[in-house]
Amino acid sequence: MDAELTPQNALREFVRDLKAVPRRLYETAFRGGPPTTDRTRSTFVFGNVFLHLHSVRTHRWSLRWTATLGLGIASVSAFLITLVTGVLLMFYYKPSPDAAYQSIKDIHFVVPTGRLIRNLHRWAANVMVVTVILHMARAFYTAAYRKPREYNWLIGIGLLVTTLGLSFTGYLLPWDQLAYWAITIGANIAQSPREVTDALGITRYFDPGGLQRLLLLGSDNVGSEALIRFFLLHVMILPLALTALLAVHFWRIRKDGGMVRPADVDARIAAMRHEETYPVFTEAPAKTYHLAAIVRGRTPAVGRGPENTVPSMPHLFYAELGVFMLTLLLCLGLALVSDAPLKELANPNVPENPAKAPWYFLGLQELVSFSAFMGGVGIPAIVLIGLGMIPYLDRETRGTGEWFGGPGGWPLVRISAFIGLVTPLLIESLAIHFGWLREWFPKIPQLAVTLVNPATLLASAYALYSIWCIRRYQSARAGALALFTCFLCGFVVLTMIGTYFRGPNWTFYWSPAQWPGH
Amino acid sequence: MTISAKPARSRLDPEPMTRRDWLGLGSLWATGGALLFGLIGMLRLPKAAVLSSPSKRFQVALPETLAAGAAFVPPGRAVAVFRDAQGIYAISKICTHLGCVVKTGAEGFECPCHGSRFAFDGSVTKGPAPRELPWLKVSVRGNVITIDEGATVPPGTKVA
Repeated sequence: MDAELTPQNALREFVRDLKAVPRRLYETAFRGGPPTTDRTRSTFVFGNVFLHLHSVRTHRWSLRWTATLGLGIASVSAFLITLVTGVLLMFYYKPSPDAAYQSIKDIHFVVPTGRLIRNLHRWAANVMVVTVILHMARAFYTAAYRKPREYNWLIGIGLLVTTLGLSFTGYLLPWDQLAYWAITIGANIAQSPREVTDALGITRYFDPGGLQRLLLLGSDNVGSEALIRFFLLHVMILPLALTALLAVHFWRIRKDGGMVRPADVDARIAAMRHEETYPVFTEAPAKTYHLAAIVRGRTPAVGRGPENTVPSMPHLFYAELGVFMLTLLLCLGLALVSDAPLKELANPNVPENPAKAPWYFLGLQELVSFSAFMGGVGIPAIVLIGLGMIPYLDRETRGTGEWFGGPGGWPLVRISAFIGLVTPLLIESLAIHFGWLREWFPKIPQLAVTLVNPATLLASAYALYSIWCIRRYQSARAGALALFTCFLCGFVVLTMIGTYFRGPNWTFYWSPAQWPGH
Repeated sequence: MTISAKPARSRLDPEPMTRRDWLGLGSLWATGGALLFGLIGMLRLPKAAVLSSPSKRFQVALPETLAAGAAFVPPGRAVAVFRDAQGIYAISKICTHLGCVVKTGAEGFECPCHGSRFAFDGSVTKGPAPRELPWLKVSVRGNVITIDEGATVPPGTKVA
């Protein structure tokens, strides 16, 4: 107030301001007014740094649960759960070989709710790996990687790699037998390019494998240096990288025009029973650039919203909240039913037998049991490069936004799934029954084994089939559908074999009941 | 302030860079170079110069009763020591596939992790191991046998 201040009214003014503090605090938090109307909710979403990663309005097509199955939000939810439980675990965890195992035991048996928090952390990490893979499959099968979403597909691959890295680094921290030997194997897989450089006789001059292992372990064995490095990666570097990539991932969804949708999406919605098109805002937006920011391409509509969109708040946010609660429920249920494992204290002289990596690496471990380099480095690198190239090789438009869209469609995926399941079963049963090259020709050079083994045979069979599909359907999308399906099925088969059918000495057993006692 | 009329420049006769632009661009490049140099230093840091692992040389006493060609494993070491008519030799028990410690079986060494098998001379008989188990350097002085896990010798090297 500009009125002349006297000692009396200055004090009155002060008391009035003091009383107004709660109201003004509320006003600064909700700067556009309470989010009760479409307009103020839009302003609220737009003006909030976390919420504005969403667009203000969401297409009704994307809100149908079959559009995304909620898998992206489920993996973010699982990440948030691991983040919170992980910070809690750090209150008690001590990253040193002398103390790590005991501190995990304390967390498990002594710390109040420690066992639940640890189980929750472990299960949320597993759920995250599953949902990330399924989310990638959803994006692939709905051709969501196509222009203009190529870049976000690449970010997604980065997120997949970071997620697997987080799981792998977390595996060592309990410092038990399982952890120690899985990490010994993992670090030696990092060193496996030596299999090739040794065979070529150039390791002395060029040794990328040795360098990778040295950087990972900080020493020439799995010891205190390795533990502190894995700890640093697990609690600092990788979570930060994941968070940064996630922010870009969300932001790109918005900037690329929201979730992928079929070109004739409005006609499809109109054709659906019980649903009518939804053309107008109940209240026109205050600023038109809100519209310009969310509508891509088409003519800007004046005085009405883009067709068939609804305000993200509350419609999208309720859906996201629902998926979060379901994910939390799933993780809690699993955490209550099944404890995270803790074997004996790590013993560098006696390997765990069988020494198994986390389940999602057991498919690779199965391949590694024929050639360390091909199974652990060669094939994974080819898969990652192949995934990254999909959007640049498939420049078609047919079937975008539809499940199994594109030439061939669902029948092609079905037949590819069959081929993808049967081929690894055949190759594996041959290798398990008859052995492999070295059993037949003991003097065979290592390079021959590295080049010809079940891993390379499987990948070549898949690649040949996919190339045939490109010819047959005259479409790169058909080849991608075939190859992606094959690799997904191969991953499942190999993971199952590694998990359920491999026992001590990595020998094949029909059931763990047949394992010899040791 | 007076504005002097300058002749219009064409694409073939471009405006010369002003001192301000030159200084600005120059400092931009200098900053970039300094950051790059710093980055190289930071990347160098995680590659350890001194390894923290315990000493790889150790001394061992062989039991008098050790039969020719039978493996003796010193406690806490992943090494098998042999003695026969030609002399003493030592073979590493760390699998050349993925670094697990092999077990001493009836016909040779067996790796528990991926099923590699080795004969008692270290050569691969089965499985994914790409190379034979390395023979380690043995030195004998009087009664004291010293084995160096960090130094390999050609297979067949036996020390009397």
